Amino acid sequence: MKIDWSRNETLVALVILGFCVAAAVSDPGFLSISTLTDLLRGGIVLGIFAVAALIVLISGGIDVSFTAVAAFTMYVTAMILNAAAPWMPWWAALGFGMGVGACLGAFNGVLIAFFGLPTLIVTLGTMSIFRGTMLTFIGQKQITTLPPGMRDFGRMMLLRGENADGSFYSLHGAFAVTVLVVILTWAILHHTMLGRQIFAIGGSSESARRIGINVRQVQFFVYIYVGALAGLAGIIHASMARVANPFDLVGLELSVIAAVVLGGARLAGGHGTLTGTILGVALIVLVRNSLIVLGIPSTWQSVTIGCLILIGTGLPAWQAKRAAARAA
Amino acid sequence: MPALQRILSTTEGRLAVIAFGVFIAMALLSPDKFLSVQNLTSMAFQFPEFAILALAMTITMLTGGIDLSVVGIANMTAIIAALILTNVTGSGDGWAVLALALCVSMVVGMLAGLFNGILIAKLGLPPILATLGSGLIFTGIAIAMTGGSAVMGFPVATAWIGNSTVLGIPTPVIVFALLALGVSLVLTRTGFGIKLRMFGTNPLAARYAAVNIDAMLIKVYIFSGALAATSGMVVMSRANSAKADYGSSYLLLAVLIAVLGGVNPYGGYGRVIGVILAVLSMQFLSSGMNMLQVSNFARELIWGSLLIFVMIMNTWRARRA
Amino acid sequence: MPDALVTLDGVTKTYSGITALDSVSLSIVAGEAVCLAGENGSGKSTLIKILAGVEQPDRGKISFSGQTQGPLNPRISAAAGIKVIFQDFSLFPNLSVAENIAFSAEIGAGARLYRRARIRDLAAHTLQRIGVDIPLDVAVESLSVAHKQLVAICRALATEARLIIMDEPTTALTEREVRVLLGIIRRLKADGVAVLFVSHKLAEVLEVCEHVVVLRNGQKVAEGPATEFDAALLTRHMTGRDVAATPPAPLPANAAVLMTVENLNKEGACADVSFTLHAGEVLGISGLLGSGRTALAKALFGLVAPDRGTITLNGKRIPTGNPLAAAEAGIGYVPEDRLTEGLFLTQSILQNIAIGRLDAHSNAMGVLDLPALMGGARDWLKRLSVKTANPDDPVRSLSGGNQQRVVLARWMARSPRVLVLNGPSVGVDVGSKSEIHGIIADLAAQGLGVILISDDLPEVLATCHRVLVMKSGRITEEFDARAVSETELAHRLAS
Repeated sequence: MKIDWSRNETLVALVILGFCVAAAVSDPGFLSISTLTDLLRGGIVLGIFAVAALIVLISGGIDVSFTAVAAFTMYVTAMILNAAAPWMPWWAALGFGMGVGACLGAFNGVLIAFFGLPTLIVTLGTMSIFRGTMLTFIGQKQITTLPPGMRDFGRMMLLRGENADGSFYSLHGAFAVTVLVVILTWAILHHTMLGRQIFAIGGSSESARRIGINVRQVQFFVYIYVGALAGLAGIIHASMARVANPFDLVGLELSVIAAVVLGGARLAGGHGTLTGTILGVALIVLVRNSLIVLGIPSTWQSVTIGCLILIGTGLPAWQAKRAAARAA
Repeated sequence: MPALQRILSTTEGRLAVIAFGVFIAMALLSPDKFLSVQNLTSMAFQFPEFAILALAMTITMLTGGIDLSVVGIANMTAIIAALILTNVTGSGDGWAVLALALCVSMVVGMLAGLFNGILIAKLGLPPILATLGSGLIFTGIAIAMTGGSAVMGFPVATAWIGNSTVLGIPTPVIVFALLALGVSLVLTRTGFGIKLRMFGTNPLAARYAAVNIDAMLIKVYIFSGALAATSGMVVMSRANSAKADYGSSYLLLAVLIAVLGGVNPYGGYGRVIGVILAVLSMQFLSSGMNMLQVSNFARELIWGSLLIFVMIMNTWRARRA
Repeated sequence: MPDALVTLDGVTKTYSGITALDSVSLSIVAGEAVCLAGENGSGKSTLIKILAGVEQPDRGKISFSGQTQGPLNPRISAAAGIKVIFQDFSLFPNLSVAENIAFSAEIGAGARLYRRARIRDLAAHTLQRIGVDIPLDVAVESLSVAHKQLVAICRALATEARLIIMDEPTTALTEREVRVLLGIIRRLKADGVAVLFVSHKLAEVLEVCEHVVVLRNGQKVAEGPATEFDAALLTRHMTGRDVAATPPAPLPANAAVLMTVENLNKEGACADVSFTLHAGEVLGISGLLGSGRTALAKALFGLVAPDRGTITLNGKRIPTGNPLAAAEAGIGYVPEDRLTEGLFLTQSILQNIAIGRLDAHSNAMGVLDLPALMGGARDWLKRLSVKTANPDDPVRSLSGGNQQRVVLARWMARSPRVLVLNGPSVGVDVGSKSEIHGIIADLAAQGLGVILISDDLPEVLATCHRVLVMKSGRITEEFDARAVSETELAHRLAS
């Protein structure tokens, strides 16, 4: 197979590989199942968020409200289910969360698709609205007793085992959900006309309008879908943490977008791959979890991520600038 | 009433009405508390730090860019200043050390802005990504220097910037007023100010009109970095400490104020007076709500709603026109 | 008589007070090719957008096959078989050739799933139908202009097309490619497809047309069988006057050399271009779209960095690839696309002129002498007789001709020595056009060197002393403008 060196995916994959080699050299214990399961665990919520952010970027927009949607959803769902429907099984709780998230996403969708407001400003505003509404009218205290459905889900494991040194490793069941989300999104993006229309409006929304694509409808779908994914991620986060803390998650949005952009999605829209997104998430999780293995203190984490973003977006930007100068 | 209509036809006019309306409403709802000297002074000490960040955001937005690193720069420079203030021993009240700390942090802020400017102008990164990344780096440096804990114990003189009054007026307000005046003059009376607005309107046309775009962009981000550093100094002095993760909600607030103040996020239009009116509306709202015992979080809700409301109004008017 | 395929009856459209189409009626029958001729700004584009369902008319009736239509949208028009090939092609740069071709077909068919094999088949089949070979899987952004146009044509043909509207179809094509296009059109007509050519230069396509309609300032001013029209008559109807091409007086033999360009080379754009420009001379450079004429213009002004070659002005070498240095040396550039490259649309008329003089009117601190700056800009408005109620209004409130004068004023205020004008009268009304030509003549009379880059041959012949013909990046021929006819020049350009 020919390797395309100009793609972000290649670059990120190489950095991951380099990181792993360096980590394995400095600590042979790095290459273990428990490192892998830790990384996978770290990628569950981040991965779903990243898929959501990817779709918005492909459609030519940007969404910074998805973490607020997730926090709102997990808190409100935990509260409602505790009060009104404790019998709800785990899968129904996840579905309920997706519904709540989709409603909040629809709110973004109306403002963006029907009022035609700029996406960054809208989602900045709704982020404050969602968070403010939750903290003002619903509550600020952690919910430590989750509804039974979410508790059950929180205990679900795909596999567990014991390491040679007696410590345990496990892979949470929610990982399967993330995999399903990736597969579903892949199917939508690459095997439905709706998905192709998302790429099309990101490439040129005026051209899309001219050939009869209902741009508003497609945008509306994008923000609802993103809302639903964010809601799902929120429920998973609370279930895994076994507590619904309304102050969690918010603040993560820029790192998520950074991961997606590292993976090659373009802010201008129309470009982005799931492979790249997964690699971007993997790199961010790796830096968060394992920087210490390389002998870099964890206080340097955000410097490292910042540098990765600048290199990951700077190289292609610089290449594009040089190519533009060459092309006349 | 044609006079009223004329006021309402501009973004700034509508904002002035909003700011005035909020002030009256709060004064009526809670006259003894809202209009008390104590409340007015406390408001005057609160708003300058994020208002200065909003000025920085405004000049970058005028070029069609954005500076997401302002809070990172503010905190990094505040920590550097704080480390100087706590580690360099001066004589007397520490005025000399304070001057040194201010100079160093201002230079650092401008260097940070230069870094952003080079990324954006020379390497062609989109401003949103360049400053997102550099913001993480600046915050990261602040964390790495302190391990995440607060730096405290400054010489007495430090309090002068953020915690004193001159002729009865709080120093932060004077600092903000001078900066606002300065930014306003730069934007309207210098070639640089006109160029950056023209660039924000149409970057391609600016290039074709032989505007030195790279130099202009680099200057814009240096300017923004210097403003962010100033804000960092005010925060440090008022809080009498410096911390790497201080004021993270200010980033959103700064963007919000700029947009609320009528600055076009795509570039090309924005006036300092609009930003000032937006700052005042926000401050009246949040203090008033404080008086009325509304939770802090309700402010966030109201800010967000106000932003969306104003955007809908602006788009709606633009569409009708 | 069978019902016409498409009938417009008294269609009127105004944009914020300006009448773009004024009660236009028109009908097209199946298998017929119609020429819709008109200058830029005559209402052609509006008519296309209305037929495509992108814009709604204010008044008037539209019927398809005798059936009166309600409000149109792009889907209804497409379903009725009306396919528009827009001048900018309206393709998706990020998607593959196959997807671009088959996209609207799949949307029209109401497909929910993306059927890759089917899409590739349809695309391959359509490409085959017009006899061209373009790889199916490359992204459209990497194609040449001519290939993009072919993809756009294929997209129109991919579904049942009954009327194909082509907006400015020949600007990017060589004569050979135009012949290929005409062959395709003949085949389509034989299949009963109607074609509406919309253009300001239609001489090439007249031979395949049955019917001609001419628009001017939003009104239909002439209509008739194609046999009754020739290029000259079309021009007369489009412009409303006999454009008597009066070339400028010959240049004095002793005119000094002002600028020398030697071996200017840019891989893939222009190849070893050399020429000289004299003081007081208007030098035309003409070529098809994609001939390298715009790349050359940009290279002269430093917007494109050449691989090698030199530009010398008054004996001094000018650093290449640097617009600031070019402007500093006294070269000005009026770009091709006024709206995206020339103007700051939402900013005031005065500021649009003043931007060129900011550095001249600021002190060491960068503070502007605003009265002097704006006073100077006002003077230029007067000198170029820009018609405006208020110079503080945004520049987008001006008409095309006045906007172009604003861009000219910006450069003239800097007292340049060489002005490069790229398509200076594109999209301006006829009156302004001749006034702009007058301005060009004045500039030359003052001793400036003017380089006029244009494919508007009557304009080139009416304003230039010499004409250089450009083809695939090379200067292939040079003519004395007084010694060459328009037809001859047109042939040299496209052969």
